[in-house]
Amino acid sequence: MGMKKKYFQRRHIVELFMKTIMRIALVIVAGALGLILWTIISRGLPALSWDMVSQVPKGGYYMGKEGGILNAIIGSAYLASGGTLLAILISLPIALYLKAYLGDSKWGGYVRLSLDVLWGIPSVVYGAFGFALMIILGLRASLLAGIIILALIELPIMTRAMDEVIRRMPAELEHAAFALGSTKFEVALRVVTRQMLPGIVTAVLLAFGRGIGDAASVLFTAGYTDRIPTSLMRPTASLPLAVFFQLGSPYPEVQQRGYAAALILTIIVLAVSLGSRWLSARLNKYTVK
Amino acid sequence: MDAHIQVKNLNVYYGKQQALKNINIEIPKNQITVIMGPSGCGKTTLLKTFNRFLELLDGAQISGEVLVDGQNIYDREVDVTEVRKAVGLLAQRPSPLPMSIYDNVAYGMHIHKMKSERKEYKAAVRHYLEIAGLWEEVHKRLHDPATSLSIGQQQRLCLARGLAVEPEIILGDEPTSALDPISSQNIESRLLQLKQQYTTVIVTHTLRQAKRLADYVIYMYLGEVIEAGPAREVFTNPKHERTKQYLEGLF
Amino acid sequence: MSRFITQDITRTEDQATRSSAALRTRQDQAAKRTFFIITLLPVFLIVTITVALLVRAWPIISAYGLSDLLLGEVWRPNNGQFGFWPFILGTVWVTTVGVVLSVPACLLVSIYLAEYAHARTRSLAKPILDLLAAIPPVVYGVWGLLAIVPFVDNVLAPLSDRWLGSVSIFSVTQPTGFGILSAGIVLAVMISPLIISVIYEIFSTVPHDLRHASLAVGATQWQTIRNIVLPQVAPGILAAVVLGASRALGETIAVLMVVGNVPNVPTSVFDSAYPLPALIANNYGEMMSIPLYDAALLGAALVLLVVILIFNILSTLVLQRMLRRKWA
Repeated sequence: MGMKKKYFQRRHIVELFMKTIMRIALVIVAGALGLILWTIISRGLPALSWDMVSQVPKGGYYMGKEGGILNAIIGSAYLASGGTLLAILISLPIALYLKAYLGDSKWGGYVRLSLDVLWGIPSVVYGAFGFALMIILGLRASLLAGIIILALIELPIMTRAMDEVIRRMPAELEHAAFALGSTKFEVALRVVTRQMLPGIVTAVLLAFGRGIGDAASVLFTAGYTDRIPTSLMRPTASLPLAVFFQLGSPYPEVQQRGYAAALILTIIVLAVSLGSRWLSARLNKYTVK
Repeated sequence: MDAHIQVKNLNVYYGKQQALKNINIEIPKNQITVIMGPSGCGKTTLLKTFNRFLELLDGAQISGEVLVDGQNIYDREVDVTEVRKAVGLLAQRPSPLPMSIYDNVAYGMHIHKMKSERKEYKAAVRHYLEIAGLWEEVHKRLHDPATSLSIGQQQRLCLARGLAVEPEIILGDEPTSALDPISSQNIESRLLQLKQQYTTVIVTHTLRQAKRLADYVIYMYLGEVIEAGPAREVFTNPKHERTKQYLEGLF
Repeated sequence: MSRFITQDITRTEDQATRSSAALRTRQDQAAKRTFFIITLLPVFLIVTITVALLVRAWPIISAYGLSDLLLGEVWRPNNGQFGFWPFILGTVWVTTVGVVLSVPACLLVSIYLAEYAHARTRSLAKPILDLLAAIPPVVYGVWGLLAIVPFVDNVLAPLSDRWLGSVSIFSVTQPTGFGILSAGIVLAVMISPLIISVIYEIFSTVPHDLRHASLAVGATQWQTIRNIVLPQVAPGILAAVVLGASRALGETIAVLMVVGNVPNVPTSVFDSAYPLPALIANNYGEMMSIPLYDAALLGAALVLLVVILIFNILSTLVLQRMLRRKWA
């Protein structure tokens, strides 16, 4: 029987060709990540100094004099943590309700659709919306406004990520809890929350990462200032905008610091991303699979 | 015995678990061989080494040889698609491709460019649908989607699709387990008719089906071949205690 | 005596259980109602955003009319001229280039991961895509500025000038590197994790039985993918591309940093452009000082929002339908 491979048969050539260009495409995508990290590290690292992360801008900072961007680091920490906390308060109930009452029903589909659509709205539109709202309400740019807008941006990401893990919860576990006489609410609260802790943590960190990196929305709502905010009603600086503004400067020293600020932001975001991966792998040990 | 498939020192591991232990058997040409044994004994695994389907599973490791007509199909030089063309598979559940009845049968022939003209394809589709005993039922709606057929018809369609690429061997992985009794019987009678031209290997877990079909029997237990031989001998006078127990329905 | 006590205790226990059961049921119902209201929040939010922008943009829409606004080619806020056309075209150009560059590679990568790659390769690719998705837009902007703009300026523009100069969409008239192509390259990378993960997910909805049926008659893997799998997932791929495009449409900071921001109607990929999001973000500071300027910018946000909503709703509906098949 002629089973020997005929390497020059058209279909074998096509197979090999497709496989090769697929591998090349994968290398290009992975290479892009490498290139980005390399660019940011190689340009940011030389400009990074202890002053940058420990000082607020001093007089003449934006002309290349002393100071740092502690204001932006703290500001971003406030903004993203506040936004994330607020988002958890809304996301968790929605995700639990989707699981406990809606499941894969039609209405559940609509809620998920609305969340996905919300997810797709770009942050500049959220920013413009926040701005419009602030004009209507007569408010000024503030930490609070920034937190609220970031919470809205994080909301769909967090909820959908939670929903994805919660809906995958083994049905037997849920049935066991029902069999023991729990109401749906109790089931949702106890079993689901505890079982889904790793997924929920991942979802929260995912949303936090998105929140801390978002620039266009805080531009409109949180403003920018050289001081560390002391109240929710004050404006605040943020890391993405610190990068953005410093890069716009005509002074090379200031631009350099912009690169360093980008490196700081990248490190934070990657740490959050890798941290969530590690954490969920650890927490996963304690759940029923 | 005129052996069509020879298995030599075949071992299969799923990760660290050994699924097949040192299998050495021969499968006779143009007869129906039935592989039987309790579930989880490795009969499907063994069957899927014959058309190299096992390597589709992530983490399955295979060592040893499977010779078809004296050619080791695991040889580096061998084209896996040619192996699968020569060794057809009838799956546990019918899996019609998402296309018309006609295109299902013509699919493999197109893949291998076996014909050159439309007319030839048409004639071949008719021929294999007739062999599968489906022509009468479907010839008026050849261009309907294959999924519109009943499950039993779908399985016969899959048989026609498999035969259309002119294999020498037909593998059946519990091919009637998803079917109603009448459809099962239909498939069984097709297989009996076809055994003159094709070497057939069937995995089954029902002893009755094995008795109805088998010319040659392989009895497996926990990844090992316990006994293999002509059906009459094995069924009437099993040599091994385990086979005897199985035939008596002890487990 | 002791018998009565026992009875008594039983009764109290019974009552206690009953009232606690009632309480729990009530608690359940209250929770259900509260939760239900919360699920309306996303829809409410979408409507609120649209209405708020519409209200603030209404003065300019009523003063100029929608078509003059959208198709007007002149943008001179100081003269009261607000034409969105150059910005709309800029958005279209940048998005198109980004999608065209991104989709082929994304398609190949997702097919590879879904159909060919070993579990080990997949588990390596996942964190890479996660990290690409996690990098903030402003960092993409910095990368674009430091790496892509010089690359376009020093490598691609001269090459194109030499070999493709006669083709108008590849002609180089403003050799700075800042422009549509740079923005498109940055966007292509930015939207790739989304497109790849959506297409990958869609591929996993195709049952293994179908692939096996094709492989069993001796088809190669690529033949199986092309003849059996791709036709099944085609609508999902289209939806993934639309989703990626809508992500690109709204991208602001990264694009703004590399696109040049010149409000002309572009004719070549090497031209500068000024997409809508960049317009909104760049001018928010001045918008309260010129009459109708704020209305114009919020109107621009509204235009963006409407287009993105349409894209998103359509693609999400298709994807939901396809993914439901997997869970059903």
